[in-house]
Amino acid sequence: MDLTAPSERDEGAEVTTTPSKAVPRPTPETQPFWDGCAAGELRLQRCSSCDAHYFPPRPFCPTCLSDQVTWETASGRGTLHTYVINHRAAPGFEAPYAIAVVQLDEGPRMMSNIVGIENTPENLELDMALEVTFEPRGDMMLPVFQPASTGGGQ
Amino acid sequence: MSIRGRIAIIGAAETTELGRIPHLSAIGLHADAARNAIADAGIAKSDIDGIACAGQSPVAVAQYLGITPSYVDGTSVGGCSFMLHVRHAAAAIDAGMCEMVLVTHGESGKSRVGMAGFGGGGDGSLQGQFEVPYGPTGPPTMFPIGVLRYMKELGLTHEQLASVAVVQREWAAQNPRAMMRDLVTVDDVLSSRMVAYPMHLLECCLVTDGGGAVIVTSAERARAMDLPNPPVYLMGTGESSETPMVSQMEDFTTSKAFRVAGAKAFAEAGISHADVDHLMIYDAFAHLPIYGLEDLGFVGRGEAGAFIAEGNTKPGGSLPLNTNGGGLSYTHTGMYGMFAIQESVRQVRGTAAAQVPNVKISIAHGVGGMFAASGTLVLTNQEL
Ligand SMILES: [Zn+2]
Repeated sequence: MDLTAPSERDEGAEVTTTPSKAVPRPTPETQPFWDGCAAGELRLQRCSSCDAHYFPPRPFCPTCLSDQVTWETASGRGTLHTYVINHRAAPGFEAPYAIAVVQLDEGPRMMSNIVGIENTPENLELDMALEVTFEPRGDMMLPVFQPASTGGGQ
Repeated sequence: MSIRGRIAIIGAAETTELGRIPHLSAIGLHADAARNAIADAGIAKSDIDGIACAGQSPVAVAQYLGITPSYVDGTSVGGCSFMLHVRHAAAAIDAGMCEMVLVTHGESGKSRVGMAGFGGGGDGSLQGQFEVPYGPTGPPTMFPIGVLRYMKELGLTHEQLASVAVVQREWAAQNPRAMMRDLVTVDDVLSSRMVAYPMHLLECCLVTDGGGAVIVTSAERARAMDLPNPPVYLMGTGESSETPMVSQMEDFTTSKAFRVAGAKAFAEAGISHADVDHLMIYDAFAHLPIYGLEDLGFVGRGEAGAFIAEGNTKPGGSLPLNTNGGGLSYTHTGMYGMFAIQESVRQVRGTAAAQVPNVKISIAHGVGGMFAASGTLVLTNQEL
C-alpha cells in the first residue's frame, strides 16, 4: 500500500480544480490502441505463438516474450467482473459512479466505466453482459461499456 | 543458504509522536525515528554503515543524519518497502557487505510537510492511460475493487467485512498510542459514510503523520553486544510483486504477491502455521486481513471473513492479529509497513501495549501499492 496521495479520511482534500476528466496520453507502444478507439474499434494484441490476446498493449507477448504479435479488432463484448462505486468524484466526474473491471470475451480484463445505466449496486450485477462504446475525452476517444443490447447477435 | 537465525533486529522505535505532527517534515520524521531506534539499540551512530528507506531518498536521509554508508538501499515498492529493506539488509550483512543497517520511515501523511512528490508515471504511463481516465480518486477507490468479486465467489458478507474494523478497534482500545480507541459495532461500521461501495469510512485506513526505524545486524554481533533490549531474530523472509495496475490482477480474490512472499518466508523459517503466536497483516482497508489470512495459508479459501467475525483474531483469540489496532485504528502514514514491523518486534520483546502472552514467533506481512508488491518477515525471540 502506498497512500502518498491524500486519502478519503483527509478532510478538506476535496478536488476543486479544473472540471475536465483526465485524458490519456498515448505512447508509441499504445498508439494503435487509441487509433482504434478513434475509429470506433476496440483493438487488442494477440500473440501468434500463444494464440492468446493480452492487455495493456506492449510490443511483445507477456507470456512467451515473442514479438510475433498482431493487432486485432476485438468483439467489444464482455462481462462486469468487479467494481467499486466511487462517492468522491474525480475532476469532471459526478459521484457516485462505478469504476469497473470488464472481463473481455477475448480473455484480458480492463478498467472502465459503465454508461447507459444508473450506477447502483442493484443495477450493477457481477457477470452481466456488457458491450463497448466510446466517449470523447479531450481529442481522444475512450472505451467505456454499456449493458449489452438485448438480442444483439451480430 | 539461508539467513535463518543469522540476523537480528537490535533496535526498533517509532517517532516520539504519532498522528498530527505539523512541526516536523517528512525527513524530520525519518530522523526522529532513527534517533529513537539508535537509543533503543544503545549504539553509537558511527556503528551504522548501511542505510535503507523509502519515500525519501536514502541519500538524503543518510546525509541528514550525518551517516556515510557503505550500503544504500532505496527499494521503493510502497508500504511494504521496509520488509524488503530488512530482507535485503539481512542478505547484505550475511554476505559481509556491511555490518549494521538503519532502516527508516517517515511520512507527513496528514500535515503534508516537506513531502516529496510521488512519481506515479503521469498521463503517459499505463496507469495514466488505462486506469486514471475512469475516475479513481486515490487508493480507497481502487484498492478494494476486487472485494465484490471476492464476495460473489467466496461468500463474504458486508457484516463480516465490517467485523475486521470492529475487532481491530478492540485491540486499539488497549493501546494509548492508537488514534481511534472507542469501541465500534458492525452497525457503526456499516452506517459510516460510504467511501467507495462496498467500503465504508471505518473500513478505510487513517491518514496520519509518523515514522519508525529499525536497526539490523548479524546475530553474532548482537550476541557480542551489551544490548539494553533483547534482540529479535529473523527466522524467514519473503518478497514478491504482481502488477502496478490493480485492474490487471491475475485473480481479484487473492494476491499472488502475498502467496509468493508468504510461502518463501514460511519455508525459510521452517515453521508451520500453528507455530505462529502473533500476526500483523498490513490493513490499508478491511479486506486486506481477509486476503492475507488466506494467502498466507492460515485459513482456507473463503474462510477468513467468518474466522475474523467469529472472534479468532480478537483479544483472547487463537490468532491475535493487528494488535496495535492496525492501519484502521492505530496509525497510517501512507506506507504503514514499518508500523507492522514495530508491533511484531514489541510483541516478541513482550513490550506491546496490548501484549499477547508468550509470543515466541510473530509474522509481519506487508503490501505495497494496491496488491502490487509484498514483503513478509518471520521474527522470533529465540536463538536459532
Ligand atoms: Zn506468446
